[in-house]
Amino acid sequence: MTTSMFGAPIQRKEDPRLVTGGGRYLDDMGHRALAAAFVRSPHAHARIVDIDVTDAFEVDGLVGIWTHEDLPGKVGEPLPLLIPHPTLTHGRTQFALARDEVNYVGEAIVMVVARDRYIAEDVCQRIRVDYELLTPVVGIANARDGSALVHEDVPGNVACRMLQEVGDVDAAIAAAPHTLELELDIERSACMPMEGKGVLARWDTDKGELRIFSSTQTSTGVRAAVAAKLDLPLAKVECIAPDVGGGFGVKINHPWPEEVLIPWAARLLEQEVKWTEDRREHFISSAHERGQLQEIKVGFDEQGRILALDVKFWHDNGAYTPYGIIVPIITSTQLLGPYKPGAYRCEFWSLYTNTVLVTPYRGAGRPQGCFAMERTMDAIAEYLGIDRTEVRSRNFILPEEMPYDHGLLFQDGRPLKYDSGDFPASMAKLKALVGWDDFAAYREQAEAEGRRVGLGIGCYVEGTGVGPYEGGHIQIETSGRVNVSTGLTSQGQGHETSFAQIVAQELGVPIGDVFVTTGDTRRMPYAVGTFASRAAVMSGNAIALAARNVRAKALRIAADALEVSAEDLEIVDGIVQVKGAPGTRMSLGTVSVMSNPLRYAFDDAAKAATQFAGSNDPNKPPVADDDEPGLEGKDFYSPTQATFANGMHAAIVETDPVTAEIRVLRYCVIHDCGNMINPMIVEGQVHGGVAQGVGGALYERMVYDESGQLLNASFMDFLMPYASEVPHIETDHLETPSPLNPLGIKGAGEAGCIPVTAVIASAISDAEGFAITSMPISPVELWELRQRHARGEIPSLARPRHTSTSPGSAPVPPVQEAR
Amino acid sequence: MKPAPFVHHAPRSVADAVAVLAEVGHDGKVLAGGQSLIPILNMRLASPAHLVDINQVAGLADVTVSDTEVRVGALVRHAQLEHHDEAYAALPLLRQALVNVAHPVIRNRGTTVGSIAHADAAGEMPAMLALTDGVVEAVSASASREIAVADFFEGALETSLTPEELAVAVRFRRFAAGTGTSFMERARRHGDYAMAGVAAAVRTSDGLIADARLSFVSVTDVPRSLDVTEVFAGQEPESVDWSAAADLVHAAIEPEGDIHATAEYRAMLAVELARLTLAQAARRSVAAHQVARDTEGPAA
Repeated sequence: MTTSMFGAPIQRKEDPRLVTGGGRYLDDMGHRALAAAFVRSPHAHARIVDIDVTDAFEVDGLVGIWTHEDLPGKVGEPLPLLIPHPTLTHGRTQFALARDEVNYVGEAIVMVVARDRYIAEDVCQRIRVDYELLTPVVGIANARDGSALVHEDVPGNVACRMLQEVGDVDAAIAAAPHTLELELDIERSACMPMEGKGVLARWDTDKGELRIFSSTQTSTGVRAAVAAKLDLPLAKVECIAPDVGGGFGVKINHPWPEEVLIPWAARLLEQEVKWTEDRREHFISSAHERGQLQEIKVGFDEQGRILALDVKFWHDNGAYTPYGIIVPIITSTQLLGPYKPGAYRCEFWSLYTNTVLVTPYRGAGRPQGCFAMERTMDAIAEYLGIDRTEVRSRNFILPEEMPYDHGLLFQDGRPLKYDSGDFPASMAKLKALVGWDDFAAYREQAEAEGRRVGLGIGCYVEGTGVGPYEGGHIQIETSGRVNVSTGLTSQGQGHETSFAQIVAQELGVPIGDVFVTTGDTRRMPYAVGTFASRAAVMSGNAIALAARNVRAKALRIAADALEVSAEDLEIVDGIVQVKGAPGTRMSLGTVSVMSNPLRYAFDDAAKAATQFAGSNDPNKPPVADDDEPGLEGKDFYSPTQATFANGMHAAIVETDPVTAEIRVLRYCVIHDCGNMINPMIVEGQVHGGVAQGVGGALYERMVYDESGQLLNASFMDFLMPYASEVPHIETDHLETPSPLNPLGIKGAGEAGCIPVTAVIASAISDAEGFAITSMPISPVELWELRQRHARGEIPSLARPRHTSTSPGSAPVPPVQEAR
Repeated sequence: MKPAPFVHHAPRSVADAVAVLAEVGHDGKVLAGGQSLIPILNMRLASPAHLVDINQVAGLADVTVSDTEVRVGALVRHAQLEHHDEAYAALPLLRQALVNVAHPVIRNRGTTVGSIAHADAAGEMPAMLALTDGVVEAVSASASREIAVADFFEGALETSLTPEELAVAVRFRRFAAGTGTSFMERARRHGDYAMAGVAAAVRTSDGLIADARLSFVSVTDVPRSLDVTEVFAGQEPESVDWSAAADLVHAAIEPEGDIHATAEYRAMLAVELARLTLAQAARRSVAAHQVARDTEGPAA
């Protein structure tokens, strides 16, 4: 019997190759290629006055130097704005090489191509650029102030103002028994994949064909973008994503300037050209995220039920908006989490600053939204003196209310409608896992030992698996080998395993016979990309549908050959056999031979197939009118809307009473992404996400000075947590299937990182007795907050109650009205 | 992130190495473990025309322990010294500090002498040389000399080594019998440069504190030691208030703020770590006496 593959925690097929050095990343290729390097702006905001390259020409090994004025036609036009939106009234994108103005430190101005990267950097050092300095706009407060402008034709630095409202918020707040206001601040961070970006381009002069390798999250996107920029027919451009060492969002934006310039140079020079981003370049010329100021006003009743939620936030989108306003839209919609907010209004402004541009980073606006909502929940609990889990539970959307339509538009422009989820069950599991109700006793014991501990919680809902579509193609060779391809890319998610599990399950073949290819436009030209926790949902379901097609065809051919009815057949371990009479059988390899009338007996499968050769009816064509040769199947999956996963996290932290150092003692995760294809891979995704979340909560920030210099553009000063900083992560799962797709799955890629900042802030607030409103937080910041708290500048929190209270037995709230 | 062109010299002897240094002078830079130098070159923060790579030089890779000193050659990797049991027995402080030097892979390559010659006051080993009142052995084409630690560190990343000189070894002086030591630091992440670090050496005699000294990481311009004996001398280590040196510590340090920690926070850390390390060093001193009594016991 074929053991059930779907849902099995099997080890990843790709790992032996990847961990033994068999990976083939961008910089592992093209060793004979010419190398590109860039002169990048050292100023955050300046006009380019002059570029002097005379000193550079004498460097031996130089091939060429290009500035904007050398770029012909569309190559010299601004890069595309990928996702326009009606509210993005002032979208701006950069040129591949800056034309006359630079808007962030790191913006590319000159491209140098030389024999190797060393020489290219020597040349860059000899190029002199004269600048006329302009006033830099750094930080959201300065951007909002609007007295200095990033783009002189964008008043107030406002790229976009967007407002969504459900219900009458002003009336509901006026009528609410209680109101609270919060001001919150969340810093910048970034994806920081282990492998930066990189592009290798080969131009075949004889054929007029371009082959691009890019460390990208979307090879179909890069292919189409480059074909358009270089005026090439799509048929003459291929793009392949080799092994990619992490993406986390930054490689979904495209085309990056280098993705246009390197192929352009390769065609111009008729030579292979490569650019491999170094770490400093990644810091200052790729993309960042997070970065919002938020103002929240909430009205609620005696039970802590929210009657109205009024959110305003200001989002730092950096110098340009090539990826539109996806991030703040997600914040504004996913902020709601598992709750029914009553009336809801969210207004945001997406603002230009003279800093690296902002595009989605794992979580993509959700950590900010979760921070806003969960800080609000804690504030309500504190104000009413109700347990924090109780306040949340009273606001939950209940399972019987699913599907639940919030009445808002989600990032894909479709209704924000939750498909399924059991939030009370998740909460019950979380409380059991972390020992919520026992914490008071634990704290008492810790305090007796002179230790300071706190418990925090955060809940989120994540829209995953956004469309429009993905496809799957499956072909079974005469050997029985199953080739699977899908167009989206892989950056370490384990697709070679999880997609193979789906195929093994659907077809009834050993997983070892299944080979998955991703991100190669030669194999699957129609695809979107790997982002938004969408690969398993989109390609997983497309591949399952394709497998079902292949299976049906295999059964039809085998039924003919075996002279039985297809309904009586099953496929076990790659063998088609009669149910209950397994002696009557043929292998899928043999079926594959029979599916192709071109029957040269190259192999044993073909020889074996001759015994099944039927009569050649001279009145019928070898391939029937409604059939195709080959044992192949293809299908696409295109959902009407996203599917919504959810999770709840809790953490216990300890803060040093003297040094204010913060240690996470326990980190607990309840995660619900519907049916799991491979729980081990899901767990790995959650662990990685939490690790990045811990980075965002306690370590990472982009430290810009007032002139727009990024002061910590290296791994020495940008503090990603090491393994030693990431706590042990305890996980438990709930599997609430999605009713929306054949496999009942939801995305899991971003889940782990979404609530971590909120959870850690909640736990530190609990430990310290005052509210944390700005994240990330470092020991020195906590130490300074303690001093302000001691001076009375920050109000104390009442000790939170950790005993469970049911609705109706809530303690009487304090008399005074909150501000 | 590729270095500018340079000439790579790979001498096989100290004589050859210093001959090259004499020739290239200020244009030369010595390469040992490269854990600080190579990133600086890659980021083009420095572009020396000549690199004098001493990794092939014979006779520089030994740790030797005498009754009074632990001598460490210029090619001794941090990890080699860290795992050197004889050195640990003679001067436990070295291992106590070395486990805090970055990460194992960096310690496998980086050298203790290189770290001291780099003279970064955020490095652990310069502070160890200061606390042990150690000596740097320098050789040039024309002369050899010993430089006492007090004369060696001159400023941030500055030493009294001349461009023609090669630091061939350092000698850490062993403490008097019955001395306990301790090293602690606080970094944002495990293995990062410390926001502050403190090393302490405390000697007790007849159950009373006889000698107490500190040295600091990341909170002074140059590594140096601070004698705090006067605060604690004659007191019983079990009952002493180890925070009593706070004023002396404050007076001795000049921390600077950066993006990871303010000057005030670093000062607070230095004071707190002084308290903790002094207490731990004293406990170790008392324990050392106990061990000595126990081992002498049967023979007596």
